[in-house]
Amino acid sequence: MKAETISWTGQSVERVEDAALLTGRGRFIDDLGTRPGTLHAAILRSPHAHADILSIGTGAAAALPGVVAIVTGRDLARLTTPMVAGLKIAAENWPMAVERVRYVGEPVAIAVAENRYLAEDALDAIEIAYKPLPAIVDPVASMAEEAPVLHEKAGANLVSDRRFRYGEPEPAFAAAAHTISVSIAYPRNTGAPMETFGVVAEYDPHEGVYDILANFQGPFSIHTVLARALKVPGNRLRLRMPPDSGGSFGVKQGVAPYAVLIGVAARIAGRPVKWIEDRLEHLGAAVAATNRVTTLKAAVSAQGRISALDWDQIEDCGAYPRAPEPATLYRMHGNMTGAYDIRHVAMRNRVVLTNKAPTGLVRGFGGPQVYFALERLMQRIAVELRLDPLDVIRRNLIPAGAFPYRTATGALYDSGDYQTAVEQAVAGRLAELEQRRNAARAAGRHYGIGFAAAVEPSVSNMGYITTVLTAEERRKAGPKNGAQATATVSIDPVGSVSVHVASTPQGQGHRTVLAQVVADIFGLPHRDIRVVADLDTGKDAWSIASGNYSSRFAAAVAGAAHLAATRLRDKLALIAADQLEAEPGQIGFAGGAVFAKGNPDKTIPFGRIAALCHWSPALLPDGVDQTIRETAFWTPPQLTAPSEGDEINSSLCHGFIFDMASVEVDPSSGKVRIDRYVTMHDCGRVLHPGMVEGQIRGGFAQALGATFYEELAYAEDGAFLTGTFADYLLPTATETPDIEILHIETPSPFTPLGTKGVGEGNCMSTPVCLANAVADALGASEISLPLTPARLAALAAGPEQARPAASRAAAPAARQGDRSLRGEGEARVGAAPEAIWAMLLDVDTLASIIPGCHGVQKLSETHFKADVTLGVGPVKGRYKAEIRLEDLDEPQAATLTGSLSGALGTGGGSGRVTLTPDGAGGTMIGYAYEAAVGGKVAAIGGRLLDGAAKAIIGQFFAALARKASPGKPGLLARLFGRRA
Amino acid sequence: MPRLSAAHRHRVGFTLNGKPVAVEAEPRLLATDALRHGLGATGTHVGCEHGVCGACTVLIDGAPARACLTLAVQLEGREVTTVEGLAPAQDRLSVLQAAFRRHHALQCGFCTAGILISLEAFLREQPEPSEQALREVVGGHLCRCTGYTPIIAAAREAAALLRQASQSTAAEPLDV
Repeated sequence: MKAETISWTGQSVERVEDAALLTGRGRFIDDLGTRPGTLHAAILRSPHAHADILSIGTGAAAALPGVVAIVTGRDLARLTTPMVAGLKIAAENWPMAVERVRYVGEPVAIAVAENRYLAEDALDAIEIAYKPLPAIVDPVASMAEEAPVLHEKAGANLVSDRRFRYGEPEPAFAAAAHTISVSIAYPRNTGAPMETFGVVAEYDPHEGVYDILANFQGPFSIHTVLARALKVPGNRLRLRMPPDSGGSFGVKQGVAPYAVLIGVAARIAGRPVKWIEDRLEHLGAAVAATNRVTTLKAAVSAQGRISALDWDQIEDCGAYPRAPEPATLYRMHGNMTGAYDIRHVAMRNRVVLTNKAPTGLVRGFGGPQVYFALERLMQRIAVELRLDPLDVIRRNLIPAGAFPYRTATGALYDSGDYQTAVEQAVAGRLAELEQRRNAARAAGRHYGIGFAAAVEPSVSNMGYITTVLTAEERRKAGPKNGAQATATVSIDPVGSVSVHVASTPQGQGHRTVLAQVVADIFGLPHRDIRVVADLDTGKDAWSIASGNYSSRFAAAVAGAAHLAATRLRDKLALIAADQLEAEPGQIGFAGGAVFAKGNPDKTIPFGRIAALCHWSPALLPDGVDQTIRETAFWTPPQLTAPSEGDEINSSLCHGFIFDMASVEVDPSSGKVRIDRYVTMHDCGRVLHPGMVEGQIRGGFAQALGATFYEELAYAEDGAFLTGTFADYLLPTATETPDIEILHIETPSPFTPLGTKGVGEGNCMSTPVCLANAVADALGASEISLPLTPARLAALAAGPEQARPAASRAAAPAARQGDRSLRGEGEARVGAAPEAIWAMLLDVDTLASIIPGCHGVQKLSETHFKADVTLGVGPVKGRYKAEIRLEDLDEPQAATLTGSLSGALGTGGGSGRVTLTPDGAGGTMIGYAYEAAVGGKVAAIGGRLLDGAAKAIIGQFFAALARKASPGKPGLLARLFGRRA
Repeated sequence: MPRLSAAHRHRVGFTLNGKPVAVEAEPRLLATDALRHGLGATGTHVGCEHGVCGACTVLIDGAPARACLTLAVQLEGREVTTVEGLAPAQDRLSVLQAAFRRHHALQCGFCTAGILISLEAFLREQPEPSEQALREVVGGHLCRCTGYTPIIAAAREAAALLRQASQSTAAEPLDV
C-alpha cells in the first residue's frame, strides 16, 4: 500500500454542488413543495414614507373566495413583542406597522389565501386610511430641531452619539504640518441576490412550537431575537434552512422579520403558510446597506506621513434600528486606520433614523463606507501635497515585521506583508499604465490611475457590536465576545464519513471545500466524503455566532471541521494501533487505508477501522470512548470583549488587498472604460483557488455596480424610486471587465488552517480604487457614488459644476429624485365655453369622460369623489380620487386640486384650466399642472409617469371633445403636451 | 383566437422537454408557475417577474423566451425546453453544462438555468461566436455571484468542443 498523502486542499477540484444546479435539480426554498393544505401569503405595504394608520378595513378582503385570513399589525401586536435591537432606545421595532408607517414598503397587512393569486387579489380589497406626516430622508437633516421625529418615544432621530479617543489625537493635529480632509456621502445599495426571500411557517398550538423554514443567511444570532419576538422559549422555535440558497451577500439575514410575520400568519390561519417575496418588495424593503455621511481629517507631515485621524461618521439605519444594527458602523472599529500605522485616532459615531427601509447586512458590511473615505483621503493627501499617491500609501503602511500588530483602536492584525504585496502588484504594470496615461493625456483624453489599500477583516468578534455601548452600559449588560464555529464529522456502520456544518452556504461551495479538508485528515478521496449543509436548529449543532457572515467560512467553519476530523482520526489511530499491534504514533492514513508507517504488512482498509466502534465496541482500546460522531466547537481566544478604553479586536483575521485601476473617461457621454484592473490579495492559506477567484470576481462585479450603477434612491418625500431591475441597475456581462488577480500568502497564526476570509474585500477596495482613478482622470476632488454618466459628465465639464452637494436632499434635481410631473397643453373642443363649464361641473358627464372612471360622487358643488382604474406602465390599479374646484372664474378659468390613493400608491397635484372662445363657436382649453406620486407607481413606473400623465390627460380631453360635439368627429381634440 | 373565461381553468397541452404534458390553468396563470408548481419543473427560476433578470428563460419552439412574461395558456401546442431538458441523460451533463462546472461558471446556481438556455440557443445559431457576442448574449441575464468572466470562458470552451464534435465523423452527441 502506498503511503503517500494527497493534499486535496489547495486544489481547484470540481464542485460537488454543480451537477444538480446545472441540471435543474437544485433545492431552493421555492422548489421544495409544501405540505398539503399549505396557504399562501401576500403582503400589503405602505405607499407612504411616514403616516399614521387611521383605520384598516379588512371585511371586504376577508370575504373574497379563497381568502382564509387577513392579518394586521394589531393581530401581530397581540401575539408577539417588538424585535430587540442592538440599541437600547424606546423605539418599538415591529416587523409590521402597528399604528404608524415609517417607510415606503413597510408591511401593513398580510392576506392569507388558498393560492398566491387569490392572496394578491385580497390585498386590493383591504382599505386603509392614512394620515400622511412629514417625512425625513436625509441623515444630516434628520438631526435638525425641526425635523419630523420617527419614534416619538425615542425623543429624536439621533439615537446614538459616541465619541472615542485613542492615543493623543489633539496634540498630533496641533503639531502636524497639514490637516487634510474629505467629506463623503456614501449612498445606499444592496447585495440583490437573484433569489428573493422565502418563508414557510407552521405553528403547533398544542406544544406551542413554531416550525419555520426560511432561506436565512444564517439563523443563529437571529434565533434569540425571533424566539423572544414570538414569545416562545428557544426550544420551541425550530428554524430550518433549505439545501440550496440563491445567494445572500449578507442580505438574507433580513428574512428574519418575515419569519415572525409568516409564523404569526400561520398561527392565525391554523394552517402552514408560505410566502415568497417579489422583486419590488425585495428592492424596496429587504435590506439596504447603510448610507453614511463621513468627514475624515488627517494630521499629515509634509512628506505625507499621517500621525492622526479624526473620523466623524453619521450612520443612517433607516426607519428602525433592526438587529444587528448599528453593527455596520462598528464592524470596522478595530481597523479604522486601515493598512496604515497611525497611533492617534479621534472618532465620533452617530446613528440616525430616517424614513427609509431599515438597513442590515450587505457584503462588505461597513467596509465600503470606511475605505471610501480613507482611501479617498490618501489620494487627496497626495494631490494637495503634490506627492506621488503610491508613495503616500507606502510611507504609511504597517511595517512587514510588525505582525501581530495591535492597532490604535484595538484590533490585532494577525499577519501580513503589505510592502511585498504592493510591490508585486505594481512591478511591471504601473510603468506601462503611466505610459498609457501620458499618451492619452498628450492626445487630450482623460485617463487616470487609482490605487486602494484595504485591510479585509474576517471572523467577526461577537463583542464588537457592544462598542456602541459605554463601558458602564457594557458592564450592566454583561460581556459579549468570541466567534463560536462548529462542525460535526460522523462515521456510519460501513465506515463512510459524513460532515455537517452550521455554515448555511449560499452558493460558495462549502460542501466541496469541507470534503477536501476532511479527506486530507483521513487520507480518503475527497469524493468519498459526503457533506450536508442544510440546517435545522432543532437538532443540529450550532451557536449564536455560527454561520458564514463576515467571511468566516474558510477561517472558522473549515477550521472547526478540520478539528473535528482530527479528533476522530486520532482516536481511530489508537484503534488501529491496537489492531495492528503498532505504536499510535506510527499510524498513518492514506489512499483509503490505515497502516503502520514503515511496515507494509501492517495495513488495514480505512472502513474496517472506522466501522469498528459500531460493530464491536468491546474492542475499543482504553481511552477511546467512541468514534461515531465528533462535534467540534472553536472560538479564538484573541476575540475578547471591548476594553474599558473602548479598544476592540473586532475581527480575528485581517487579509490585505491592494488594487490598482486605470480608466478612461469620455467627458461628453460620461462613460468610463476600465482599461486595466489589478487586484492583489493576501487571504492567508488558500483552500480552493477556483473558489477564491470566484469570490474576488463576484465581489468585484458587485463593487462595480456600487461604483457606477446602483443606488436605492428615495425622493425628498420618502418615495422609493428604484423598485425594478430597470431602475436599480446591476452590472451585466457587457459592463463587467476581466480583471487580473494576484496573491501572496501570509498564513494566519490564529486559525486552524492558516486561512483568512476573502469574500468581501473587493466590495471595500474596488469602489474607492475606481473613484481614485476617475478623480485622477478628471482632476476632480469631490467624487460621489454612484458615478453615473450624468454625474461624470458634470464632473468633466468643470469645477464649478463638479461639486455635488454633500447630501442627497440638497441636490435632488440633479438625479431622478425630483418626481414632480409638470406639463401644460391645450385642446380645442367644438362647444362654447359655457357648455364646457357646465359639463365639467356635471357628475354624469365627468363619470363618462374621466379615463377608467367607475363612478363620481358629488359632495358639494365644487367637491367630487371618484373611483378610477389607472394604468402606468406595468402597474394598473384602482384608486379613490378626490377633486376640488377652486378660484372659479365662470366660465373662463378654474383651479382643480386633486388627490389619488390606492393600493398601488398615492398622487396629488393641481392644475389651472382656462376656457377661451376660439372664434369659431368652439373653445380652446388650456391647462397647466404640477403633480407628484408616491408608492408602488413611483418605485416601478417612475420613468413612465410623464408619458402616462400626458396620455391620461389626453384621454380626458379627447373624451370631453367627443362629448361636447359628438356630431363633429373632425373637431377631435388636438393635444400638445410638452415638458415644462 | 379562442376566448378564455377568466373565471375558469383551462386545459393547456404542450410538449415539455420532448414529452407531452398538460396543466390546468386560469388565463392569468404565469408560465413560470405552471412549469414550476403545476408540472414540477422547478429548474426554471423566478428572479424578478418583470423580464429583466433572465433567470426564467426557457425555449418556446426553439426560441428563448422569458417564462415570467408568458402566460401558461400561451404554451398551448408549443414545444418547451427547460434546463431539465438539456442533459443527454439523467446522470450526465451536456457539453455546455460540463464546461460551466469546469470553469466555476456558477456559484449559487439560481440564475444558471436561464443562462444555459440562452447560450444553448445561441450556440446552435452561431457556432463560432466572438467573446463580445457571448458577452451580449449573457448580458441578457443577471448573475450576482460570478462576475461573468467564468461564464464567458465556459461558453467559449463549449463552443469549441461542439465545433470539434460536429466536425468529427461520429454523429453521436458529445457529452460528458
